[in-house]
Amino acid sequence: MSSINQYESIPNNVDLSTDKRLQRALEKWQPNFLSWWNDMGPEGFQKDQIYLRTAISADTEGWAHFDYVKMPDYRWGIFLTDPEPDRRIGFGDSYGQPVWQQVPGELRSQLKRLIVTQGDTEPASVEQQRLLGNICPSLYDLRNLFQVNVEEGRHLWAMVYLLHSYFGSDGREEAEGLLERRSGNPDKPRILGAFNEPISDWLSFYMFTYFTDRDGKYQLLSLAESSFDPLSRTCKFMLTEEAHHMFVGETGVMRVIQRACDLMKQGDDVRKLGGIDLPLLQRYLNRWYTVSLDLFGGEESSNAALYFGSGMKGRAYEKQYEDHVALDGTYAIPAPGADGVTTRDVPMRNAMNVVLRDAYSEDSQRGVDRWNKCIRENGIDFELKLPSPAFHRAIGLCAHMPFDPSGRLLNQAEFDRRKYEFLPSPEDEAYVASLMHGVYEPGKIANWIAPPTKGIKDKPFEFEYVRREAH
Amino acid sequence: METNQSHHVAAPEPIRFETDPSRYRHWKLSFDGPIATLAMDTQDDAPLRPGYILKLNSYDLGVDIELADAIQRLRFEHPEVRCLVVTSGKDRIFCAGANIPMLGSSSHAFKVNFCKYTNETRLYLEDLVASSGIPTLCAVNGICAGGGYELALACERILLVDDGNAAVSLPETPLLGVLPGTGGLTRVIDKRKIRRDRADVFSTLAEGIRGRRAEEWGLVDRVIPRSGWAEALAAEAARMAATATRRAEGLPLLLPPLGGSVESERIAHRHVTLEIDAARRVATIGMQGPSAEEPTDAAAMRERGADLWALRAFRELDDVLLHLRFNHETIGVLLLETAGEVEAVLRADRALLAAAAHGGFAAEVLGLMRRVLKRLDQTARSCFAIVKPGSCFAGSLFELALAADRSYALADPDQPLAIALSPLNDGALPMATGLSRLDARFYGEPSRAASARAHRGTWDAEQAYQAGLVTFAPDDIDWDDEVRIAIEERVSISPDALTGMEANLRWPGPETMETRIFGRLSAWQNWIFTRPNSTGERGALTLYGRPERPEFDWRRT
Repeated sequence: MSSINQYESIPNNVDLSTDKRLQRALEKWQPNFLSWWNDMGPEGFQKDQIYLRTAISADTEGWAHFDYVKMPDYRWGIFLTDPEPDRRIGFGDSYGQPVWQQVPGELRSQLKRLIVTQGDTEPASVEQQRLLGNICPSLYDLRNLFQVNVEEGRHLWAMVYLLHSYFGSDGREEAEGLLERRSGNPDKPRILGAFNEPISDWLSFYMFTYFTDRDGKYQLLSLAESSFDPLSRTCKFMLTEEAHHMFVGETGVMRVIQRACDLMKQGDDVRKLGGIDLPLLQRYLNRWYTVSLDLFGGEESSNAALYFGSGMKGRAYEKQYEDHVALDGTYAIPAPGADGVTTRDVPMRNAMNVVLRDAYSEDSQRGVDRWNKCIRENGIDFELKLPSPAFHRAIGLCAHMPFDPSGRLLNQAEFDRRKYEFLPSPEDEAYVASLMHGVYEPGKIANWIAPPTKGIKDKPFEFEYVRREAH
Repeated sequence: METNQSHHVAAPEPIRFETDPSRYRHWKLSFDGPIATLAMDTQDDAPLRPGYILKLNSYDLGVDIELADAIQRLRFEHPEVRCLVVTSGKDRIFCAGANIPMLGSSSHAFKVNFCKYTNETRLYLEDLVASSGIPTLCAVNGICAGGGYELALACERILLVDDGNAAVSLPETPLLGVLPGTGGLTRVIDKRKIRRDRADVFSTLAEGIRGRRAEEWGLVDRVIPRSGWAEALAAEAARMAATATRRAEGLPLLLPPLGGSVESERIAHRHVTLEIDAARRVATIGMQGPSAEEPTDAAAMRERGADLWALRAFRELDDVLLHLRFNHETIGVLLLETAGEVEAVLRADRALLAAAAHGGFAAEVLGLMRRVLKRLDQTARSCFAIVKPGSCFAGSLFELALAADRSYALADPDQPLAIALSPLNDGALPMATGLSRLDARFYGEPSRAASARAHRGTWDAEQAYQAGLVTFAPDDIDWDDEVRIAIEERVSISPDALTGMEANLRWPGPETMETRIFGRLSAWQNWIFTRPNSTGERGALTLYGRPERPEFDWRRT
C-alpha cells in the first residue's frame, strides 16, 4: 500500500493528505497501533463482522455511519469539530484574548501531560475489557462492547493526533508510550490507578461505562474549554461518542435492575433464580463510583489552580459561570472532621477538581434516579444511593480513612469487620462470575439481565449484530 | 501541594537536635544482615512547626534531623552494616523534596539555615562512603523530585524503578523560581559528570526524566522494571556490601543522649557550655579539655566509650552550634573559649590518632570531630577565639582558634598561657577545601606552617603572635578594652555583609565539590531567596500552590 493511499483510508478533517509532519508521525505509529490492537484488543473476535458505527466526517450526517466491519479494518479517523471563528479564551488569567492555535512554550510540558494522561485512559480501557467478549450476555451487548472499544481506540487516535501535530519529537515519543504501557502490568502500568484494574464481568463493565466513562466525559468537557484550540475542538468531537458509552452503562445497569425486579416477583431469593440482587448492585456501585471519584485528583490542588489560571483546562460548561477568572471566592470541599465529613473553604482555583467532580456527581445522580424510578415502578422498596465522597477513597483528603458510605467515620476495626456490607465481597464476585457465560445466538440473552427495550439504529434486538466467523 | 498562608509565630519553642531511632517519626531504619535500609515515610501531620503538611514524603528540618541521626548511628552502633539502602516507605513516591509551604512560610534566615543543615547531612551521607567504608545505594521507587533527587545524588549509586511513571527531576527553577539548593546542580555536573548541556535541559524540565533516558544521561545508574525491583535491589545491595571496606574494631558503640541542662539562654553539657547574651548579641562557647585521667591506650579508650572526652565533647559542640544557629538568629559574635590542661589534650589527640589507624571506633571519633569542625567553619557568625590563661587551645582544640575569624591571646607575664599543636593539626581534620586549618592559615606562607609543626613545646601569647598562630596578643592592661571594642565593633556591622565577607575569607585554597555547594550554589540560592521573583508578593515560591500565577521582573542581573 502506497503511503498516499494509506492516509486516504484514514477519515479525517485535518488535511492529512498534505500534512507532511503528521504523515511522518503516523507512518511509524499506525502499524504499531494495529499491532497493539491485535495484541491487546478484544480477544477472539478480530475476524468477526461487527455492525459498527464509524465516523467518516465531522458533520451530523457523517459522524454515525453504520455498517458491518471487522474490527482491525475499522477506519479510525481524526476529527475535530469545526473551528469557531474568533474564538476567545473563556477563563483564567488570559480571559478574553484570542485562543491559541499553537502550544505556548511555557505550558508545553503541562499541556502534554494533560493530553497524555487523558490519552492513556483510552487504550487502557480497551485492555481492561479485552476478555469480556467471551462472556457476553447477548450479541447486542457484544456489539456495544466493541463499539465502545473501537471508539476508545479512535479517542486514542485523537490524542495522538495532538501529540504528533503540536509536540514535536517529545510528542511522538509520548505517542509511542501510549502503546507501550499495559493495563495491570506492574512494569508498564497505565498512568491512573483505576485503569489498571481488570474488568472481568459485565456488571463491572456497565458500572465502568456509567461511572468511569462519565469521569472521561467531565474531563473532556473541561478540556473542551481549553484555550488550546485544537485540544478544545478534538474533545468536543469525542464527547459525541462518549455519550454512547454512558448510554451502554446506564441501560446495562437498568436492564440488570429490571431483571432483578422481574425475578423478585417470582421468588424472594433473586440469587436462587440466577439474578443479581439489588444489595449486590449497590456494593458494585459503591466501588465504581468511588474509584471514579479518585480520577478527579486531590480536593485541594495547585495543579488544578495552574491549569485553570493558565487557561489549559476550564470547568465543564464554563459559560454558565459568571466569574471566569475565579481569583476571588472560595469553594467548600469535603474534608475529614472529628467524626464525619465536614467542609473546608479553599480558594476557588485550587478547588477546581472538586468543582468538576461535584458536577459529575450531580450528573451521576440523574441516572441513579432513573434506576430508582424503575425499582419503584416495579413496586419494590429499595433505593440505590451514591455513597459519600469520603468513602473508599485512595486519593485526596479522605484517602484510606474508614468512612462508611453514609460519610460516618468508623474506627478501623469496625470498618474492616463491616467492609463487605459496603463493597463487593469475594463471594459477590464469585457469584457474579458464575453468571457470566457467552450467549451468541441472535435474539437470546443471559438469564441475569433483561433484553434492551430497543436495538441499535432501529434494528430489533434479534438482529445479528455480530456475524461470527466459524471458530 | 498544600497551600499555606500562615507564618511562624513569635518565640516558638526552641528546636532540639537530639533524637534516636525510638523517636523517629519519618524514617524507618531496618536491618537485614549487612544491609541497612533507611526508608522515608513522612508522617503528614507531624511537621516540626504547625502550618503545613508533610505530603508525598516532602521533608522539613525535623525529617532531616532524623536522617542525620540515623547516619551517625549507623557509623557507631551498627558495625555489621556494609551497605546502606536509602529508599521510601511509600508506594510510588520516593520523595517530593523539601516541603514548599514550609519554605514559603519561613523567614529568610530559617530557609538559609535549613538548606545549610540539609547540605551538611547530604555530605555526611557521602562521608559515610568515604570515611566509614559503608557504600550507599539509593533505591528510587517512585516520584523523585527536587530535594528527593538531591538526596539520591548524595548516594553512591542510584537505582530507578522503570514503571512509566517514576521520574527524577529538579523542578525548582521552572516551577518555583529558585535553585535545587541541596547540592543538586553541583552534583549533577561535578559528581555524576552529566554533560552540562543535558544538565541544562534536565534542570528546566519540571516533569523530569524517566526510565531508559534517565540511565542514558547518567542521572541514575540503572533502571529496573517494577516486577524485578526487589530482587535487583537486593542483589545490588549484596554486591556493594561484598566490596565494602568497612572496619569495625571497637564497635558497636551506643550513643546515649547527651543529657545536659538545656535552657534557651544557656546549655550546660558536661564538657561544653553555650551562654547567650542576647542584649549584646554575643554568645560564648566554652569547651573543657580532657582530664589528666583520660585513657590513652586503645582498649581503655574503647572502654570509656561514649564518655571518651573527644567523642562526647565534640558531640556536645555539635549540639550547641545547631542550637545557636537555629534558635538564636540575632547573635552576631561567637566567642570560643577553652579550659583545661594543654598536655592532656595533646595526649588524648596522639592516642586517638594512633588508635584511629586501625579503623573502627577511634576512626569514627576522629571523623565526627572533623565533621563538627566543618560545621563550625560553616556557622555564619563572627567567631573570635579568646585565648586566656588556663585555656587549652592545643591540638584538636587549637582547631577552634584556627577556625575562628580572629583570635585574641592574653599576654600577661604573671599568668602565662600555652598554645600547642598536635599531630591532629597535620591534616587529620581537614576543611572543606581538603586543606588543614593550619595550612589554610598560612596559605601564602607554607614555610610558617612547616616551622610551626617543627616547633617543640608550647607557645605563650607573644610567641604565638610572632608565629602567626593568633591574631592579636594584647597585654593585661589593654586586654579588656581590646576585646570589648572588637566585639562591639563587630556586632555593629551589617550581618549580611559579615556573613558574605566571612564566607569569602574562611576557605583560602582550592575549590572542591563541597566548597562549591556552600559557596557558589548556596550563595546564589540565598540571593535568589531574597529576590521578588521568588519570594516577593508575586514571586514563584510565594505563589506556589496558590491560585494566582507568578509575575516576574524580567531584567537579568
